[in-house]
Amino acid sequence: MDRFLAQLWMARDAIAGGVLISMEAALTAIVIGSLLGLVIGLLLVYGHVVLRVLCRIYVDIIRGTPVLVLILAAFYITPAVGLQMDAFQAGLLALSLFCGAHLGEIVRGAVQSVPHGQTEAGRSIGLTFPQILAYVVLPQALRQALPPWVNTGVELVKASTLLSVIGVGELLLKTQEIVGRNFMTLEFYAVAGVLYLLINLGIETLGRNLEARVRP
Amino acid sequence: MGYTLNFAVVWADFHNLLWGLGLGLVLAVFAVAIGSGIGLIAAFASVGPSRAGRIIVRLYVSIMRNLPILVIVLVAYFGLPQIGIRLNKFESFVGSLALYSGAYLAEVFRAGLMGVPRGVVEAARAIGLTRLQTSLSVVVPIMLRNVLPALGSTFIGLFKDTSLAAAIAVPELTYQARKINVESFRVVETWTVTSALYVGTCLIIAAALRRLERRYPKF
Repeated sequence: MDRFLAQLWMARDAIAGGVLISMEAALTAIVIGSLLGLVIGLLLVYGHVVLRVLCRIYVDIIRGTPVLVLILAAFYITPAVGLQMDAFQAGLLALSLFCGAHLGEIVRGAVQSVPHGQTEAGRSIGLTFPQILAYVVLPQALRQALPPWVNTGVELVKASTLLSVIGVGELLLKTQEIVGRNFMTLEFYAVAGVLYLLINLGIETLGRNLEARVRP
Repeated sequence: MGYTLNFAVVWADFHNLLWGLGLGLVLAVFAVAIGSGIGLIAAFASVGPSRAGRIIVRLYVSIMRNLPILVIVLVAYFGLPQIGIRLNKFESFVGSLALYSGAYLAEVFRAGLMGVPRGVVEAARAIGLTRLQTSLSVVVPIMLRNVLPALGSTFIGLFKDTSLAAAIAVPELTYQARKINVESFRVVETWTVTSALYVGTCLIIAAALRRLERRYPKF
């Protein structure tokens, strides 16, 4: 136990740095992914038929491909087609595309769950389409989409571990490096596991508070 | 930037990709089979009378759903030998995936159990079936049919998660793709074909499930 604590103290900076990079990856991906998902979701409902088909293809391809494959593809393909990206940026691109596709589907479902009468009522009192979206449809739809949105956040933190495969120094890769140094495999994977649990339980609690607040 | 497509290398090793795909499906089937067993027991425990059982199930579900699957896989393969449990990479991967899916399936089955009408259970008891008989031949079949869509999407998710087996060198589709990728550096071709194989398989599974759902009408 003493040896474990000594090793843990020695590894504190590496672990803290890993947590920060994991959080940075997950947070950036959820921000970009949410914007992308909102646009995709609205296009899937209201878009011109060509746009609708394109969005559907994007969503189905991304959702049918494992995240690990997306990450590896982004890592190898971006330099081959001339995009200068480091491993972290390529990973972020993959995670954001993944998040955007999932949230796009969630937003579509949420928007379609708003009764059509709401839109008609908005139109009959003379609101324009952007006004109907902003004041009538989206406030109700986004409330619906909140629980799966929080869930997607948890999924992203979990998916950020896959960045270790392309050499991004997030928590799991740092843990693997530490384990490679001191061979205390179970102990340090347990540390990483507890940290992931804490982060995700934190997100869930935050999500529950948020849901309680926006409940009509 | 001049990148000319050349699929020849990928087609030359295409059989490896197909074998990898098959292996992934086999791993997913084993994992979902064991995971359904775990999930079923956990679901019955979570609607059962025992408070301890309910708490244990809640802990199990909450821990497994919030841990990254890659961490579970690595612990099972690299960590467990430290305490004397040696599993080969297939056993440890299927075991990890089964434990992981068991948590999701526990929730799925619990919702299914709640959906079984009370009257059906009472009717079964009234004609003299024992508790166990009622569960096995009345409750579980109705529940399984009701959760078929959720079970299907869990299976598709698991199939995609088998890509993580590449991290411990199980030669499934992603592993084979990485091999072709580093040997030939035909990056665009390799990953397009790999992604297409995954997407195609998922679409086929989804279509098969829809047929199954139509064949057996909802209770």
